[in-house]
Parts: sequence; C-alpha cells; structure tokens
Amino acid sequence: MIASDAIIKSLEKEGVDIIFGYSGAAVCPIYESLRNSNIEHILVRNEQSAAHNASGYARVSGKAGVCIVTSGPGATNILTGIATAYMDSVPMVIITGQVGSKFIGKDVFQEIDTVGTTESFTKHNYLVKNAEDLPRIIKESFYIARTGRPGPVLIDIPLDIQKQQIDFNYPTEVDIRGYKPTSAGHARQIKRAIKRIKGSKKPVVCAGGGVLLSGASKELRKFIKKINLPAVVTLMGIGSVETNSENYCGMVGSHGQSYANKIVSESDLIIAIGTRIADRSTISQSARDTAMIHIDIDEAEIGKNLDVDIPVVGDAKNILNALIEGTDFTVCKEWLQEVKEIKSSDNGTRKKHDHKYVNPWKVIRFISDIMDDSTILVGDVGQNQMWCARNFEIKGDRRFLTSGGLGTMGCSLPFSIGAKFGVPHRTVISAMGDGGLQMLIAELGVLRENKLNIKIILFNNQRLGMVRELQEKQYGKGCIYGVVFEHSPDFVKIAEGFGIKGIRVISNEEFEKAFKDSLDMDEAFFIEVVVDPDFSTI
Amino acid sequence: MNRHILSILVENQSGVLSKVSGLFTRRGYNIDSLSVGETENSDISRMTITLQRDEEDVEQIIKQLNKLIDVIKVVELKKENSVCRELLLIKVKADLKTRSDIIGISGIFKANIVDVGKESLVLELTGASEKTDAFIEILKPYGILECHRTGITALKREIG
Repeated sequence: MIASDAIIKSLEKEGVDIIFGYSGAAVCPIYESLRNSNIEHILVRNEQSAAHNASGYARVSGKAGVCIVTSGPGATNILTGIATAYMDSVPMVIITGQVGSKFIGKDVFQEIDTVGTTESFTKHNYLVKNAEDLPRIIKESFYIARTGRPGPVLIDIPLDIQKQQIDFNYPTEVDIRGYKPTSAGHARQIKRAIKRIKGSKKPVVCAGGGVLLSGASKELRKFIKKINLPAVVTLMGIGSVETNSENYCGMVGSHGQSYANKIVSESDLIIAIGTRIADRSTISQSARDTAMIHIDIDEAEIGKNLDVDIPVVGDAKNILNALIEGTDFTVCKEWLQEVKEIKSSDNGTRKKHDHKYVNPWKVIRFISDIMDDSTILVGDVGQNQMWCARNFEIKGDRRFLTSGGLGTMGCSLPFSIGAKFGVPHRTVISAMGDGGLQMLIAELGVLRENKLNIKIILFNNQRLGMVRELQEKQYGKGCIYGVVFEHSPDFVKIAEGFGIKGIRVISNEEFEKAFKDSLDMDEAFFIEVVVDPDFSTI
Repeated sequence: MNRHILSILVENQSGVLSKVSGLFTRRGYNIDSLSVGETENSDISRMTITLQRDEEDVEQIIKQLNKLIDVIKVVELKKENSVCRELLLIKVKADLKTRSDIIGISGIFKANIVDVGKESLVLELTGASEKTDAFIEILKPYGILECHRTGITALKREIG
C-alpha cells in the first residue's frame, strides 16, 4: 500500500471522520488519498485556524482533533494554534508535510525545522524517517494525545516518505517504555485527603479545566453536593459546576469575582482539582498560607507554583468517585454561612456604569437567560472574554470555550466552527471583539461554505479594550497608545460579502430583538454590537 | 544551591538530545555539564547532567524530564552512593626545562602522557571532578594551551 493511503487508513482506524486543513505541495500525496476516503476535509483560510478548528472540535466532543498542513509557511502559520491547544491541554494530532528526506537541512523551498520549532509546545512530536513506521507512529500519537494530561502531538512527514510502498498492518496495542500515565490515584493519598477535608473547618474546592477534560463535571457536582462544599472555578473550569448551585462561589482570578477570591483567602483548605494554579487564577497569591490538596493528572503541576500538603496524581473522574465513596460527613455549617455572607455582601457592590450604546454584560446575560441548557458560548480573548465568563450562567451541559492559557486573539470564530462540527445538534454562539475578529476574519468563509448555523456576536469598541484598560491603569487616564483602530470596516457588509446576514445594533433592546429573531433562522447570523470604548471589563 | 547529578536513560534517537536540552533552556535551568553515550542496549542512551539548583527546582526538573516521551528513566545520583568520573585532555606548554617537572606531576596524579611534542605535552586524566580541578590548577603555571573536560559520567553503586 502507498504510505499516504496507509496514513488515511490509520486515521480511519482511530475513528477520525473529519480533518481541518490547508493543502500544499508537501502534502499532495496525503490529499490525494484523502480525496478517495470517507473522511471529511474542511478547508480553512489560514493554517492557524486549522489547529483552532481541531481544538474547538476536541474541546466539545472529547475526541482528538486532527489537522493537516503543508511544510514551511503552513507549519509556521499553524504554530499559534498548536501552542493554544498545548496550553489548554487539548488532545490533537497535527500532520505536517515536510520536504523530501534528502533535502532536509539544505534550506530548500518551503523547508522549516518543524519538529525543532514545535518542541516546546507539543506533548510529543515525530519526524518520520521510515515509511514502515507510520502506522505505529500514528497509533502512538493518538494514544499520547488522548491519555494522561492530553495535548497536541505532531507528525512531520517528508514528501518522499508519503509516496513509498509499505505493508500496512495497524498495530492493536501501544507500548511506549517512556510513557506510562497513571490515572487511578493512590489509595493512601486519597484516604489522607478525605481525612484532611474532614478535619478542616473551611474547605473550598477550586475546579480547573482538567475536570472538563476528564469528563468529570457530573462527579464534581455530586461530590460538592454530597458533603456540601463551596466551590470556585478557574477561567478554564467554567462549566464544571452549575452557577445556580448553592455551592457555587464564582470564578477566581485577576478577572474573577472578588467574592470568589475572598472565599479562597478565607478558607483553611483548598482542594484544587485539574488546575495548574496558574498566575492569572491568583490562587497562588490569595492562598499562600492555606493548606492544599492538589489533584492533577500531571505530577509536574503539583508543587510547581505553590507548596502542596497532599498531592494526589490521577484522573479527576476516578479520584472524585473515590472521594464520593469515601466521605460520610458534611462541611461545617458556620463556614457555609460565612461563604453565603461573603457572596451576598459582594453582589451589592457591583459598579453602575454610565455608558453609551449597548451594555455587553446585559447582552451575555440575555443570551444566558433565553438559551437552552446545551448551549456553547465561545469567547475570544480580552474584554469580551471576561464579559462572557462573568455573565454566562452554567446550567446543565452548557459549555464556555476560550483560550485560557495562551490567550490567543482570534480563536473564537475557528473554535466555534470546530465545536459546531463536533456537536452539530448544539447551539454555538461565537463572541469576540473587533480586534479578535479581524485577526482571522476570513474564516467567515468557512462558516458560510459549510452552512454552519453559528450566531456571531461582535462587540465593537474600535479598540483593544483590555490593553487600553491596562495602559490607563498603569500609566494614567488617557495614556493609551497603539490600541485604537482609527479605521474600522463596515463589519455587517463584510459578513454579507461572505454570504452571512447581519445587523448592527446600538441599544440592548435592538440587540435582544435581533438575537431572538436570529434564533428562528436555520443559518448563521452576525450581530455587530456597538460598545462604548470606555466600558470596563469588570 | 548544591550540585546535583541526574542520570537519564533516553531513547537513542536523533532529536532526543535537543528535546532534553531544550527543556532545560526553556525552563531557565543552566546545565553545568552534559555527557551522553550509548548503553549496553544500543536502543538506549544514558545522559549524565550536572547542575546547581535548589532541591525544589531539581524535583521540578525531574518531573518535567519524566514527561518527555523519549525519556525512559530519571535518577538523581547522590555522591555517596555513586561512582562519578570525568575525563580530561589537557595540552600544556613543555620545553626542555619544564618537561620533567610536568611528567613528575602527571605521575603523582596518575595521568597518562598521550602526546609528546617539542613544545608541549598532551595529558589524559580520569577521575572525580575535584581531582581534575586540582590537576589543572597545578599545571596552570606551566601554561595551558588547550583543555577539554568531558563532564561527569556516573553510575550508581551496588550498595547505596
């Protein structure tokens, strides 16, 4: 069998039915094999989006996303998308074409050291040297991408290798001597954790993205309900706990709810689950002296940013099940009362805004109020991201997607496209600012081409709002530079140019009508929401 | 900060050295010495890396190394339970007057003379790093022309 056919066959064996990509000279044989297969190919407009599509797809479907691009500029363009997935631990397999084996190192046309370049933000990568190794490498790649702490795995395949003849035998098992992830969780550590929770007066759970990656939201909700634990989430942990639950205490972090941060600093024990205690979550500042149980599948995250009293290495779902089984007590009532008081005292202090045009908080709250429990809201990066994160209620299976680790502007639109392919029956709403949209605006073409019913909310304040805020905070009122778009295009016309209907709204009433109307349409709709440039993030 | 010795078994493949050294670079850790070579199994190489860091940093480095797929095993070797050796090749200025002196010193250090020229000697010394340091120090007054230390190679002792 020709190696390119073997590649596609291997992908089929892994259950792949969709690939996001951009063709080019160094992947021509693979594209010819793809043409003759049942796998769907989605042609993006910039390689970065191929990785973002695969990322969005993986985040909601739980399967590994797959993308393919050519050598050289194809590979360099996709880097941002790979790094985005890496920082958020998204399972993904990336195939890149490479120049012919004998040209490697000769600086030929469209040659770049892809494996060297992606070394620091892939979970693993391969440069294929023998065509016979392809089935094994592909099998290993999916295994590595999906298991343990998930992440992107890249396979760089030289052009000549793709054309060689091989005997195709797809391996049934994987045996990598340097990779044996643990998922069960050490029984003694779990016992110690339970004892510690029982002995603490003010415990709080902090749930991160790992809970969602592990598919453990149900278990987490059950656990906190069973023993009546207060729970905060990180930005990436949004979706793991229902926001209308009595136990829910908000999002921590520099842009989180202040009562959530306060509850963390008042607590005497933090049970961190599936979070790397990242800098922006500010846990490491508000909980410097608090005892901590850290549950994570990646041993290296435990103790990396904060000293930990009881480390538990393993998969969140398994460990939560063990915690549910092993606990027969409830959390002290005085603490719950205190938590309630902190929560309610803070709610009243929400700032009132004087602003023109549309209130973006109310936009998200309106969406949150009228949509069903399976809705997926995709935020971009910047002010819009926090407007979404802070105002979108989590009910049922709702999800909120965003680029939490890398903070990649422009990700919302391609994430949404990938997510819609991943779970076509669910409503996907893509929110972003005018900066983010313009980064990957051409992806509107992909949306239209594939007739994806995604509702797009553009918050237009004609600037990079969050950086503007940061500059003013650091250097004083009016000290802004390099953050204003002096000329903005007519976004609605652009959407229409791509064949997507749209409207521009300048009041919340107009927005609400337009959004409601758009839900009756079985097609994409674009709403440009005009926002006061001075409107703040929190 | 103490000196730590890490003994790392890795897949003997191209790109692995760069993956390991790249990890040190991007996490901001400086390598003092690195030696690498095949083991009894030609599929596996052993890397010996020495570095000066706090205990917590070293623990984090070991965890990060263990995450690399091509890394099979990482062990921190303690001085008291391992054998550490380093090879030194050193070219020293040696004329008629100084040659016998240097040969005498080499004898004391059990160094081999591997090349004799009209104006220089090349000496070979194997031993612990401290011995190498002392040898270089003694030879300095004669004029060191070139010098190469391989970095530490180490194995764990049976008892320890």
